[in-house]
Amino acid sequence: MARMKFICDAERCIECNGCVTACKAEHKVPWGVNRRRVVTLNDGVPGERSISVACMHCSDAPCMAVCPVDCFYRTAEGVVLHDKDTCIGCGYCSYACPFGAPQFPSTGTFGMRGKMDKCTFCAGGPEASGSAAENDKYGRNRLAEGKLPACAEMCSTKALLGGDGDVVADIFRNRVMTRNKGSEVWGWGTAYGKPISGAPAAPKAGKS
Amino acid sequence: MRPLLTLAGLALVLGLVACGDKPQIKAAGTGHAAYLGTGSAAYTAPGWKVGDATSWDANMRARTQTGQNEYLRTASH
Repeated sequence: MARMKFICDAERCIECNGCVTACKAEHKVPWGVNRRRVVTLNDGVPGERSISVACMHCSDAPCMAVCPVDCFYRTAEGVVLHDKDTCIGCGYCSYACPFGAPQFPSTGTFGMRGKMDKCTFCAGGPEASGSAAENDKYGRNRLAEGKLPACAEMCSTKALLGGDGDVVADIFRNRVMTRNKGSEVWGWGTAYGKPISGAPAAPKAGKS
Repeated sequence: MRPLLTLAGLALVLGLVACGDKPQIKAAGTGHAAYLGTGSAAYTAPGWKVGDATSWDANMRARTQTGQNEYLRTASH
């Protein structure tokens, strides 16, 4: 089974915010909530880079570890999702997340902070796939439709790669081999762990 | 002495409980595998068979390559 992952290629991101717009439109994300956003590093300095950031669906998700009501779960595809019916909007996950993924609508049941909202890798939630209830709470379930996340599919420069970890890593490796630079993949080690010493070497890069 | 030992034993048991690691994947029925589809063909992408995990997996891999690997579209790079 595929293990879904994101990679953002900082050499290619042109800060167009197409991914942000695609996500907003696809899931009807309300004002004040950005499941995905583009961050510019060293803004205005020659050599500045931009990266598209959202939930990375970490292999060992810290949000999952700190949630006091245990509302997070992982799907068979490796996507970290949460149950809004269980979430109490405490905000612990936002402190734990290294990517600032958890978002809170400014108006909600719990005073000024509503239930947490975050990127679902376009995989919906615990309700029946494609149901109206799922759509209302989490947005479209594109994975169940046989599609990839809207942000990655919409990216004009293909800076944002989303899909099976092996495949996107292979695509990125090919790019790095071709251009001979830009091998830094922001957030990958934080989200998915660093290579284990003594583990077999990665397969030789080739055109795929 | 005996209450002390009981207390120590209880503390040990409680301490070990904290070492337990729960499974992260939801049990069948509470989570919905993507390959089972949405139950509606209206927005389902062609090229895979709903309910067939292998077919879904192959479709996703192919879609990633054709949609995100532009080296496949260009003759040379």
